[in-house]
Amino acid sequence: MQIQVNGDTRTLDAGSTLLQLIQLLELEGKRIAVEINEEIVPRSEHGSTILNEGDNIEIVHAIGGG
Amino acid sequence: MTQDLLTIAGKSYQSRLLVGTGKYKDLDETGRAIAASGAEIVTVAVRRTNIGQNADEPNLLDVISPDKYTILPNTAGCYTADDAVRTCRLARELLDGHKLVKLEVLGDQKTLYPDMEETLKAMDTLVKDGFDVMVYCNDDPIAAKKLEDMGACAIMPLGSLIGSGLGILNPHNIRIIMESANIPVLVDAGVGTASDAAIAMEMGCEAVLMNTAIAAAKDPVLMASAMKKAIEAGREAYLAGRMPRKKYASASSPLDGLID
Repeated sequence: MQIQVNGDTRTLDAGSTLLQLIQLLELEGKRIAVEINEEIVPRSEHGSTILNEGDNIEIVHAIGGG
Repeated sequence: MTQDLLTIAGKSYQSRLLVGTGKYKDLDETGRAIAASGAEIVTVAVRRTNIGQNADEPNLLDVISPDKYTILPNTAGCYTADDAVRTCRLARELLDGHKLVKLEVLGDQKTLYPDMEETLKAMDTLVKDGFDVMVYCNDDPIAAKKLEDMGACAIMPLGSLIGSGLGILNPHNIRIIMESANIPVLVDAGVGTASDAAIAMEMGCEAVLMNTAIAAAKDPVLMASAMKKAIEAGREAYLAGRMPRKKYASASSPLDGLID
C-alpha cells in the first residue's frame, strides 16, 4: 500500500503498524510526534495503530527557533 | 533581600532572559550560548523530521535537555490560527504533555508582524484546550488586554520586528500595556544589543525574549553573557528606582568648606 510520510510517497506492506514505520525510518526512541491525517497519535498507541492505504503521516521534532 | 523571581504559569525562575535556539552555526554553539545566557526558558520550533538523513545526528533536545530547561515550543512560521493550534498540539505530544507554549501567528513574511485576528482565535482554542499560553503580539494595549482577559499567562509585545535588531521603538505603548496588565509583560523581538535589553528591564518589563541578537552576533557566546548582565542590570535599576530627570546641573560635591 502507499502512504505519504512528510510529503513523500512510500510503499509499505498492508497491515503495517505506525511503530513498524517508525522503526523502518530509524526513529524509534527519538523525541518525535506523529499525526495521521491531521490527528495526533499518542506515543502509547504507535504499536497498536494500523496504517491504511493513502494515510497522510507527519512526523515532527524540535529544532532551533525563536 | 527576598529573592526576586519571575513567575510564569505558576513556576518561578531566577533568570529574566528567555532565549531562542534558531540561527546558530551548530548545536555546539547553541548549547554554549544558552549556557552563557543563564536562561532557564528556551524556545524551540516544531518541524518535519528529516527522513533517512543523518539518523545519528544529535537532536536539539539532547543539547537543551527538558530536564534542565523549561522548553517553550513556539508556533513560528504559522500564518493561521488552525496551523498554530495544530503545532501546539504536536509540541505537547512531543514533550510528553507539556502545556506551556509560545503562540505567534504571523501576518506576512516580510514583516513577520503578528496577525492579531488569528492570534486571538488561536488563543481562544488553546486556552480551552488547557494550554498555558505566552503570546507574541503587537504593542496594541487593547489587543494585549483582550489576550489577558482570554487567559494568557504572559503577554509578549514586540519591541520592533522579529530579527530586526532595531530595539524598542514604542516604549510608550509597552508602558501602557504594563500599567494595565496583571500578568507578566515581556518584550519579545527587536532587541539588537545589550542596552536594548537593559532599557526593556528598566521600564519594568518582567523579562525579555530574544534570539537573533545573540545568535547573529559575531561572538554569540560573548553576547549571551552580555545579555545576561544587561537583563540583571536593567532589573536592578528598575527595582532601585531611577533618579528624577532635571533640566539643570546639581552638584555632587558639597558646596560648604570650599577653600578661599
